[in-house]
Amino acid sequence: MKLAYYPGCSSHGSAADYDRSARAVAGALALELVDVPEWNCCGASSAHGADHRLAMYLPGRNLAVAAGMGMGGVVTPCAACYSRLNRAHHWLAEDRRRWLELSAAVGVPYNDVGKPRSLLEVVVGDVGLEAVAAQVRRPLKGLKAAAYYGCLMLKPPEVARFDDPENPRSMDDLLQALGAQPVRWGFKTECCGASLSVSRPELVEKLVGDILDNASAAGAECVVTACPMCQANLEQRRSERHRLPVFYFTDLAGIAFGLSPRELGIPMHLGEPLELLRGKGLLAAGEEGQG
Amino acid sequence: MKRVGVFLCWCGSNISSAVDLDQVAEQTALLPHVVHVEQYKYLCSDPGQETVRKAIKEHALNRVVIAACSPRMHERTFRRAVGSVGLNPHLMEIANIREQCSWVHPDKVTSTPVAVDLVRTAVAKAVKDIPLEPSYVGIEKRALVVGGGIAGIQAALDIADSGYEVVLVEREPTIGGRMAQLDKTFPTLDCSSCILTPKMVEAGQDPRIRLLTYAEVESLSGYIGNFEARIRMKARSVDLDRCTGCGDCWNKCPYRSPGEFDLGLGKRKAIYLPFPQAVPNKPVLDRATCAYFQKDGKCQVCKKVCAPGAIDFEQQDEILEERFGAVVVATGFDLWDHGRYGEYGAGQHPDVISSLEFERLVSASGPTDGKIKRPSDGKLPERVVFIQCVGSRDEAKGVPYCSKVCCMYTAKHAILLKEKIPSSQSYVFYIDVRAAGKNYEEFYRRATVEYGAQYIRGRVSRIYPRGDSLVVVGEDTLLGQKVEVEADLVVLATAVVSRSDAPQVAQKLGFSYDQHGFFTEAHPKLAPVETNTAGIFLAGACQGPKDIPDTVAQAGAAAAKVVRLFAKDQLETEPTVARVDRARCAGCEWCRPICPYKAIEMEAVTERVGSGQVARRVAKVNPSLCHGCGACSVACRSGAMNLLGFSNEQVWAEVEALCL
Repeated sequence: MKLAYYPGCSSHGSAADYDRSARAVAGALALELVDVPEWNCCGASSAHGADHRLAMYLPGRNLAVAAGMGMGGVVTPCAACYSRLNRAHHWLAEDRRRWLELSAAVGVPYNDVGKPRSLLEVVVGDVGLEAVAAQVRRPLKGLKAAAYYGCLMLKPPEVARFDDPENPRSMDDLLQALGAQPVRWGFKTECCGASLSVSRPELVEKLVGDILDNASAAGAECVVTACPMCQANLEQRRSERHRLPVFYFTDLAGIAFGLSPRELGIPMHLGEPLELLRGKGLLAAGEEGQG
Repeated sequence: MKRVGVFLCWCGSNISSAVDLDQVAEQTALLPHVVHVEQYKYLCSDPGQETVRKAIKEHALNRVVIAACSPRMHERTFRRAVGSVGLNPHLMEIANIREQCSWVHPDKVTSTPVAVDLVRTAVAKAVKDIPLEPSYVGIEKRALVVGGGIAGIQAALDIADSGYEVVLVEREPTIGGRMAQLDKTFPTLDCSSCILTPKMVEAGQDPRIRLLTYAEVESLSGYIGNFEARIRMKARSVDLDRCTGCGDCWNKCPYRSPGEFDLGLGKRKAIYLPFPQAVPNKPVLDRATCAYFQKDGKCQVCKKVCAPGAIDFEQQDEILEERFGAVVVATGFDLWDHGRYGEYGAGQHPDVISSLEFERLVSASGPTDGKIKRPSDGKLPERVVFIQCVGSRDEAKGVPYCSKVCCMYTAKHAILLKEKIPSSQSYVFYIDVRAAGKNYEEFYRRATVEYGAQYIRGRVSRIYPRGDSLVVVGEDTLLGQKVEVEADLVVLATAVVSRSDAPQVAQKLGFSYDQHGFFTEAHPKLAPVETNTAGIFLAGACQGPKDIPDTVAQAGAAAAKVVRLFAKDQLETEPTVARVDRARCAGCEWCRPICPYKAIEMEAVTERVGSGQVARRVAKVNPSLCHGCGACSVACRSGAMNLLGFSNEQVWAEVEALCL
C-alpha cells in the first residue's frame, strides 16, 4: 500500500523520534510512505486563531499537492496536522466552489485526495489488527499501558470521523494485538493543554499531572500516545513525582515487531523509557545499555 | 329536473362585514338550476335551519347549497336539517365562504368575487350529487389488549367492568410491567407494588378477562368491529392448569443466571417466578439457561420434584386465532442504553447505574432487600450523584425530547436515599427541573429543603474512577465554574425510549409511529387515544413518555372509547367510499397497494363475451375499511374507481365552474 506522507513540522524537530518510529513501523507493515513534495505548515495552533481562510488554505495546499501524487490517500503521524488537514478537507467537501477558490489562492489545482488519515487510523483500519499481530516477534507480555488519545484525533467528531469521541478503542485494541495489556481509565480523551504549554505552564502542569495520576491509579506502567504535542507535553510539563514513561504507539509496535530502540528513536525521549522495557524482558542482550 | 336552493349565511358579521352578500345573491340567482337564493344572519341557529327546511318544501328544492363556514364545523348540522324534511342528506353541499374567503381576504372588493366563485363551484357539484346511503357492519364485542403493564391492566379492567370480554396479551411471563419494578411512586411516596398488585390480582381473577402471558400478537387483520388476531403462545414448559405455583421446582433448580426483572442485579433460577407477586403466580422455564435444553438433556430436577406433574419439556409454541371488535395497544417503553456515553464510562463502571437499577436497589423486594448497596462492593453509598437528561434532550447522541418523568423520580430517589441512609448526601445535576403536575413542584421542593438534595445546574462532562470512588466532573452554569464531586454511586436518569421493536409492532397491527418509534395518536389534542386506524386505541408510554397518573387516565380513556364502540350493535359507515365500475376495471391491481387502509381486495367475476363465459379478476372495495381518501380514484388508469360524494364527474364540474 502506497500513501502520501505528510510528516508535519514536529517530525523535523521535537518529534523526530516519532517520525523515525513511524517510518520504521510502516516499513515493517509494508506501507510505502512517500513524502508530500514541498509540503508546507499545516497552520496548527496559530493560523485558525488569526484568519479562517489562511487556516483552510495552508492545509488545503498540502491536500492538493498530495492528490496530485496519485497515491491511495494521505496520512500524517501528527494529531494536530491530522486535525487541520481534516478541517480543510471537511470545509472543501461542503462546497465544490471552494475547490476553485483554493486552487486560485495556492496555485495548485485541488482534487479530493480522500479523507486525510492518521497513522493510527491506517494501521488499525487499513492494515488491520490481524496483519499487525502477524508481525509480532516479541509480544509485549505483561506490559500495562494506558492508551491516551488526546483531543485532536477525535474531535469534533463530525470532522474527525474516527472512533468513538468519548470512549475510543482503536489504540487499546492495537496494544492488545501487540500483546500488551491496555488498562481501563477515564482520561483517554482529556486535553493535555499543549496550546497553553508556553503561555500558561502552571495550568498545563495540573492537566498533565491529572492525566498521569489517573493513568497510574488505573495501574498503567506507561502512557501511549499518537500525538507529538501530547508526548512532549506529558514528558516536559510533568512534576518530579511522575515517572511514567510516555511512548508513541509506533515505539511499542516497533519493539513488538523486533526492531531495536535505536531504530525507533526511543533513546531520544526525555524520560527513562528503556528501564521499563528492560524490566519486562523486552530488550535483547545486545540492546541492553543502549539507553 | 334539478332545483337548487342557495342559502347565504352572514355568520353575524364574520362574513357579512367582509363580503357583499347582496351581490353574491344577485349573481348566484343567475346560475343554471338555481331556483331560490336566501340570506340569513345565523344559518346554523334553529330558526336558520328552519328557513332551509321551509324553503325546501315551498320551492320543491332537490339540491341545497349552504354558503357559510367550513364543512368541518357544520356539515353534520345541515345534513341533518336537510334529511329531516325527507331530502337525502348527501344532496347538500357547503361553500366555505368564511375560512376560505371572508377571514382571509382584506376587503369586499377582493372577497366578493371569490365568494361568488366558491358558491358557483358548489352549485356545479350539487347538481351532480346523487343520493347516498350508509352501510352497516356488525361488531364483535370482545377487546384485545396488547401489553400487561399498568396501562393494559387498567384498560382491561375498565372494559371488563363494563361487561365485555377482554383478552390481555403480555409477552413476559407475568403482567405488571415497568410499574412492578418500581419501589415508591412520586409525589405521594406510596409503594408501587401496594397499589399495582391488587389490580394485577383483579385482572387475573376477573372471569371476563383472559390472561395470555408469555404470548405475542403475530398479526392483526380485519377492521373496526371485526379484527382477526393470531396470537403466539410461547412454550412455557409449564402446564398452567396443573401447576399450583408451590415453588418446589424453582427452589430445587440448580442453575442460576442474572434475572431480567432485577436488570441483572440479582439472580434467578432457570425455572423461575419473575417476582413473588407475579400474575399468574406460576413459573416459566427459560430454555436458554436450562441445563436440560442447553447441556446434557439430563438434569430434569424440576420435573422430578413437581408433584402435580406440570413440567412439560415437550411443549411447543401454540397459535391462537381470535376475533375482536377493538384493540388497545399498551406496549410500554424502554430505557436508553447509557453505554453510548463514553464520557460516563460507556456502561463499564459497575457503580454508574441507571435509574431503574436504582429502583431495584431501593425496592424492599429487590436483590438487596431494599438496602442501597452499590454493585461493585456492596458498600452503602454516602455520596450519590444523580444526573438528569442522560440521552434525553441530547440531539447529538440521544433523543431530542424530554422524557418527562425523570425530574420527579430523581427528586424521589434523593428522598429515598436520605431516608434509607440518613448520613448520605445527594447531588443532582440538571438542565431544568420540570415539575409540572399536581403536587409535583412541592415534592421537588421537599427533596431540596427537607432532604437536603444539592441541585447543581449543569452538565456532567466526565466520570472516572479514583480509588474506590468515582469523580464526577461537570460545570455549574449558575456559578460559571467547573465542579468536581467525588461520589460512591452515580445514578443516570436515562431517556425514556420506545421499545426497540415498536415500529414492527405498529406495522404488524397497522397504525403509524413517529421518528422515535412512539405510536402516533390520530390527533395530538382532539383524538389523543385513537390511532389513525379505526378501532385501535393507545394507552401509556408506547405513545410517548408518561408518568403513572397520565398512563392510568389514558388507559381509562382508551377503555371508554372501546366501550362506546361496543355499546352499539351495528356500525354505520360513511357512504363516501370508493366504488368500482367493474365493466371498466382491468384488474391491474394498481389500486390495491396504494390503498393505505387495506380496503381493496380482488374478486373473480365471470362475464359473457359473445357466446362464451370469461372469468377475470376485478377490484372490490370493502366499505367498512375505506376511509374515502380518494387515492385509488387518482391512481386508477381506466377510471374505474370513483369516490362517492366526490366523483370524478363532480370534481370536473367544479373545476369547470371555477376555471371556465
